[in-house]
Amino acid sequence: MGKRVGIEVSLAVAEAVKMANVDCIAAYPITPQTHIVEHLSELVADGHLDAEFIPVESEHSAMSVCIGTQAVGARTFTSTSAQGLALMHELLFIASSMRFPIVMAVVNRALSAPLNIWNDHSDIMASRDCGWIQIFVDNGQQAYDQTICAFRIGEDRRVLLPVAINIDGFSLSHVVEAVEFLSQEEVNRFLPPYQPLYRMHPDQPVTMGAFAMPELYMETKKAHNVALCNSLPIIKEVWAEWQELTGRAYAPLEEYCLADAEIGILAAGSICEVVMEAVDRLRSQGKKVGLLKLRLWRPFPFPELRQMTLGLKKLVVIDRALSTGGPGGPVFSEIRSALYDQEKHPQVFGFIAGLGGRDVPPEQIMAAVDSVMHGVERKEEYYLLGVRERG
Amino acid sequence: MAKQMEEYAWEDLTVGCVIIEPGNAREYKTGDWRSQRPVVDKDQCIKCGVCWVFCPDAAIQKAADGYYVANLEYCKGCGICARECLTGCITMVEEEK
Repeated sequence: MGKRVGIEVSLAVAEAVKMANVDCIAAYPITPQTHIVEHLSELVADGHLDAEFIPVESEHSAMSVCIGTQAVGARTFTSTSAQGLALMHELLFIASSMRFPIVMAVVNRALSAPLNIWNDHSDIMASRDCGWIQIFVDNGQQAYDQTICAFRIGEDRRVLLPVAINIDGFSLSHVVEAVEFLSQEEVNRFLPPYQPLYRMHPDQPVTMGAFAMPELYMETKKAHNVALCNSLPIIKEVWAEWQELTGRAYAPLEEYCLADAEIGILAAGSICEVVMEAVDRLRSQGKKVGLLKLRLWRPFPFPELRQMTLGLKKLVVIDRALSTGGPGGPVFSEIRSALYDQEKHPQVFGFIAGLGGRDVPPEQIMAAVDSVMHGVERKEEYYLLGVRERG
Repeated sequence: MAKQMEEYAWEDLTVGCVIIEPGNAREYKTGDWRSQRPVVDKDQCIKCGVCWVFCPDAAIQKAADGYYVANLEYCKGCGICARECLTGCITMVEEEK
């Protein structure tokens, strides 16, 4: 078993990338992602990591470099936040459609305007349909674990897809936590060197990124969609192996106090720790409340969601992003849609919390649950928790 | 001969749609884009090869008798050969519908 150290979560992620022995890191600094690539640049400069560190002029170029280096068979990593992810947007689709297992830490931050560097999920939700595997983590240990697992999942020949690890900006990325590290030997056994299926090499020329006429484009999208959906069992397989190695279990949807719960709360990311506190307090008041943690956002775990919500009467979905002018929170919208055809399903309530780094205390979650529990009349389809209103 | 695009089911595609057979673009016949074709008057042609030099698609080939002939499987009828021809021996003729 490895050693347990107190470390800033961003640095733990950088150390995980180092232990994954990447060949190339291309990134552009943006708050709050900065410490991850800053630490990686030091590791490369000091000779602790034998990799190319390519300082690019924008996130658009960062993802372009990741795509290019993957094309020649390199293991690549990048990290970004908010506007940076938005600037990468078009390349995200190219990376996944070309099936390059790039690993990216998305240190979640609110999208401008107004300019705001703090945490919410508006960045990743705007890139939701980019065809990547998308994972959320709640704490530093999970950020470390999932970064290493991401390479193993993405590079699996049955998967070959890029993986985004979502790490909440500041509230997770900048806190110091106790993180248990594996030894380099253990990581090496878990994560063998990357063996690309195809790569650009003069001995065996291939064409990558060719164009497709209308006669072919839909077939390419179907193939990509099937690949992403089919990655679910392999993700579970990798996590099971990780559990064997570390004792730490992961699942697409994880539960807390859910077994006898009548009201469920579904959330993703570091807010889950706040929700757990709220669940404990509500339980102490005799309320049968439980938490569903959305670990895996893409591919979406439909069977798990349907199975785990069977016993619930009501389900409160906490979103960290707003689909402006749409159905409220993007997670809420998907959950409700996923349950719609079920013969028996909980009533689903949407709440949006903590936009742009607004603090979400457990009391706010408790108040949302209480309002649902007591059947308070809902004048709006979804609510922005804690938003100030006149009178 | 590679399969035509409409013959591929989604399961037939390579991962990431990588083309693993180098140079197979030559099997993609692009001549049907053409609306007019170059016709050479051999009496005026001096076999200089200017048309061969200027053809942007390398569709003009030198025949055994020394004359230059457009390969109509690739010629897109742009007319550059006719414009550049020193003796004016190339005429662009409308393709019949």
